[in-house]
Amino acid sequence: MLCQNCNKNEANMHMKRIINGHAAEVHLCSDCARSLGYGDAFSGVGLGFSDFFEDLFHKNELSASTVRCHGCNKSFEEIASDGEMGCAECYVTFFDKIQPLIHRLHGRATHIGKKPHSENSFSPDERLQQLKVALQSAVDNQDFELAVKLRDEINGLIAEGGAF
Amino acid sequence: MGAKWYLGTGAQNDVVISTSLHLARNLRQFPFPSRLSVPEKIKVNSIVKSAVDSVEGYDFNYFELKTLSQSELVSLAERYLVSPEFASSRDGKALLLTDDESVSVMLNEEDHIRLQVMYAGFALEEAYRTADRIDNELNRKLEYAFDDNLGYLAQNPMALGTGMRASVVLHLPALVAASQITKLITTVSKLGLSLQGSYGEGAAAKGDLFRLSNTLTLGISEKAAIDNLKSIALQIAAQERIAREEIFKNAITEDKIYRAYGVLKYARLIDTNEFMELISLVRLGAVKGLIKMDTAKIEALMIQMQPATISLSVDRPLDRVERDKLRALLVRQNLM
Repeated sequence: MLCQNCNKNEANMHMKRIINGHAAEVHLCSDCARSLGYGDAFSGVGLGFSDFFEDLFHKNELSASTVRCHGCNKSFEEIASDGEMGCAECYVTFFDKIQPLIHRLHGRATHIGKKPHSENSFSPDERLQQLKVALQSAVDNQDFELAVKLRDEINGLIAEGGAF
Repeated sequence: MGAKWYLGTGAQNDVVISTSLHLARNLRQFPFPSRLSVPEKIKVNSIVKSAVDSVEGYDFNYFELKTLSQSELVSLAERYLVSPEFASSRDGKALLLTDDESVSVMLNEEDHIRLQVMYAGFALEEAYRTADRIDNELNRKLEYAFDDNLGYLAQNPMALGTGMRASVVLHLPALVAASQITKLITTVSKLGLSLQGSYGEGAAAKGDLFRLSNTLTLGISEKAAIDNLKSIALQIAAQERIAREEIFKNAITEDKIYRAYGVLKYARLIDTNEFMELISLVRLGAVKGLIKMDTAKIEALMIQMQPATISLSVDRPLDRVERDKLRALLVRQNLM
């Protein structure tokens, strides 16, 4: 198999980025992997970012895009070429377009870690107890949407064997 | 300046040298760093700095990168305090750093905030607890960019989710000698981790030092990511110990260790590559009990003898020969 980045050398680094099924395999030669800083989750995607989008959308479709993010004035075309989101708002403005990339990088996962202002100062048992009380009151109030969320969080906490 | 974190020793330290953990965060009300002008970056720096300064129990020194010399900047990277990319362009970037260098906050690198905690030895939970506590305190003052489904929002979509990267630096001379590293790199990548040379890449990693890190950040909790990293690190450490037993059956290994010690003790010129190769053998000998030398001292040398860091120990720029001469002198003094 050839390297997905340079299409010249044999790919000898194979990374899987999946969580819930759905493969997102990346095949690179060691030179490209190194130059792209691959394997380092924070060192820039770089990796065929524009190629990736050109695979999904035809080039002219990309250049026809004139929508700009309200938060930072970045266009999707610019994001596709440098691989960098401009601001938090870009994730909303271009969500439909960025979603395939997120799936490719992370699988179809959603965030289950820490949340802002969550202050994990409760012990897992205390937190579980709190959630159970909240669940009961949600059911009592027939707020089933909230109840489902709480149930998922309770199950998540149990599956995790507790938070820190 | 007080004692640095790397002068300590920690658990599993025959194989695990150090632990580091960072959290990437962005402020909701500002575009990500690549869309900020220098004055806007300076504004972000001052907002974050005042939040960081209010964290209890720590005193931070503040550096604007543009005020540092090239050697100072590269030395920060050699000491794992900033990434090499961070050091490449300086305007509007800043660093907050405790005296012992165990807690640092990089400002306006890829994200507005990159909080990093480093400890000697194997201390992933402790590192997370510290980072989590500081993060909570910062979050009382700062509004983070966050989405319920995507987690902490980042400039790079690859870092979505927890924004956490935890890593341990492993000393793997026997697995290198047994040509197991390439295989190991492939194996861990299938488990959501990466293994990279700590200085230098792949099997050419200097000093046989490797950094094992989590790469999954979305759809996995901080605890699960750390448990996963911890269990794989322990398995690699166990393999390294078995491989060490094997290589010590061959008399050549012991000979190589004493020869390495001899060269380090008597050489008058020594470059970084040779130093790293030899000190790795000396460390192996020290852990085995052949050489009486504190491993913490060896680890500190591995950092202090890097080219830019060594240049900082004198007040003037050094050419290559002067640097190699100074390195040989400092190594001799430490090997007494």
